[in-house]
Amino acid sequence: MNRLSWFNVTALTFGFAFLYLPMVILVIYSFNASKLVTVWAGFSTRWYGELLRNDAFLDAAWVTIKVAVVSSTFATVLGTMAAYVLVRGGRFLGRTLFSGMIYAPLVMPEVITGLSLLLLFIGIGLDRGVMTIVLAHTTFSMCYVSVVVSSRLVTFDRSLEEAALDLGCSSFDAFRLVTLPIIAPAVISGWLLAFTLSLDDLVIASFTAGPSATTLPIKIFSAVRLGVSPEINALSTIMIGIVTIGVITAALVTKRNSLRQQQEEQAAARVA
Amino acid sequence: MAETIFAPWDDPTEKPLIRFRNVTKRFGAFTAIDDLTLDIFEREFFALLGPSGCGKTTMMRMLAGFETPSEGTIELAGQDIAAVPPNKRAVNMMFQSYALFPHLSVYDNIAFGLRRDSLPRADIDARVGEMLKLTRLEKFARRKPHQISGGQRQRVALARSLAKAPKLLLLDEPLGALDAKLRQATQFELMDIQEKTGTTFVIVTHDQEEAMTVASRVAVMDEGRVMQVATPERIYEAPESVYVADFIGDVNIVPGTARAVGDGLFQLNWAEDTVPFIAASEGAFSEGQACHLAIRPEKIAISAERPPEAENAVHGKVLDIAYLGNLSTYHVELPGGQVIKAQTANTRRISRRSFTWEDPVWVSWTKTAGVLLDQ
Ligand SMILES: Nc1ncnc2c1ncn2[C@@H]1O[C@H](COP(=O)(O)OP(=O)(O)O)[C@@H](O)[C@H]1O
Ligand SMILES: [Mg+2]
Repeated sequence: MNRLSWFNVTALTFGFAFLYLPMVILVIYSFNASKLVTVWAGFSTRWYGELLRNDAFLDAAWVTIKVAVVSSTFATVLGTMAAYVLVRGGRFLGRTLFSGMIYAPLVMPEVITGLSLLLLFIGIGLDRGVMTIVLAHTTFSMCYVSVVVSSRLVTFDRSLEEAALDLGCSSFDAFRLVTLPIIAPAVISGWLLAFTLSLDDLVIASFTAGPSATTLPIKIFSAVRLGVSPEINALSTIMIGIVTIGVITAALVTKRNSLRQQQEEQAAARVA
Repeated sequence: MAETIFAPWDDPTEKPLIRFRNVTKRFGAFTAIDDLTLDIFEREFFALLGPSGCGKTTMMRMLAGFETPSEGTIELAGQDIAAVPPNKRAVNMMFQSYALFPHLSVYDNIAFGLRRDSLPRADIDARVGEMLKLTRLEKFARRKPHQISGGQRQRVALARSLAKAPKLLLLDEPLGALDAKLRQATQFELMDIQEKTGTTFVIVTHDQEEAMTVASRVAVMDEGRVMQVATPERIYEAPESVYVADFIGDVNIVPGTARAVGDGLFQLNWAEDTVPFIAASEGAFSEGQACHLAIRPEKIAISAERPPEAENAVHGKVLDIAYLGNLSTYHVELPGGQVIKAQTANTRRISRRSFTWEDPVWVSWTKTAGVLLDQ
């Protein structure tokens, strides 16, 4: 066994401290009994109780969840379709352009995405609210879904779809009955990714939210400007929890299932 | 009562089930199938034989509808099928990779095609049961493809492609994954199933023995062209080209020049200062035309003395002996360096070999033992 040298241990400690210390402090202070954020006055879950009585926060939380669920669902449908066309469509006119464009939002600064969406919504006279945030989030998260799904489709054995066609399926049935069930883990992890992206987005939501609907990150951001309250620490802790669960689930679903399925698929094909 | 021989290809009134007419398939600049014209008849067990990359799979995929010919037409039961999509063709294919659906059980894999026709449940159940029985998979109906062995998977793939009772079944190297014993058993099983169901089978293989065993006719292919289509016996005994003779089984090829001596007989001058060989041929050769004598090793006798009545006999020395269990093959070097393989059956156990290395021997054969080929 290769033992860790003192250098490795130090590097690891500093790295993790750098990443997680701020969050750990936040989580600890969310259980602070004192109203003063910087003074520790004993353990309490008081602020979690306060949070439940704060209607403004609860409203924002509800909007955030709604937006995340709806936009990630749309993004999954669109992203999966785009991935399918890109991987399976063969060569069609403008394929390179299309595949380049679908990944552009990945590298586009969020401020620009947000601004251009804002201009679009104003241009077509769409009132800003839940609807516009959903549209905006769908737009930027569908390319993430498409990346996840297309990387799965690349390794997907084409002859399975041909077998389905051969046995009398239409192309749509072949996709629905054969392709989709097999790539489902990738689609699910794409959905979870889109969900968490939507959940913690501040920049794009700020551009596209209106007075009628505010998401939690916006609410927290504006509240913090008036001073950090323990309530916000509590709220942030909950969000960290949700995002962590989402990310871990996505990772597990992808890793375990797609690994197992690929093994099954290989096994189902002939032994070479 | 004379038994009728199954030979629809010899009957000019018979309508072929499949008709390739001048079919060419190109992938970009590469020609995978080159001007193919071929008829396949109902109830035939037709084998496509050729080296890897000669276009066998491409031909199958055109029949199944996954590729369209670049030129020419393919007819199925008298109809041009160019415009018919794969899901509307009465053709099923057993894929080279099996392509079993990994998320479905053996039962559901077999039922897959039947469900697309929205048959009543009871009918589907009955048909799947029949297929499971035919392929002896009853015990594995509930298993997933990854829970069964390679041989069983291959039978699931076969059952799935047979379930819809297609007019035409395409088998793309169906037995490639099996070991020799299982392979042979499955070949007979396939022939049995073909006979029972009356389906037309087109099988792709690169194993010549397999093609000879199962097929009513064999097409030998090379680089996108069909070199010869005939029954296994004719392919073996009357090849039309050196390529076909060489591809199927073991053969001696002796190059030389022809000289007609009348009565359908020709002399083959094969080396200087030697007695020419004599061979009967249906085809005609002009004086001095370059040609090849193709002769199977088992048609050549080997002896210590010159057989008195031999039509062709030549003296040489034993270069090498290959013992194959049931047979022994002697490599005999003739004057001028030509090596001839002669095969003898080992009919007796532990018999002393009559000849050994460096022994002078005579090899001999009759005038009809070999064929003269001009290409
Ligand atoms: N989709 C394709 N695109 C380009 N070339 C192809 C394609 N499919 C087959 N080929 C080429 O056509 C030739 C014949 O292939 P194939 O029919 O698969 O041969 P085989 O006789 O081994 O089944 C090969 O050289 C192969 O590279
Ligand atoms: Mg092939």
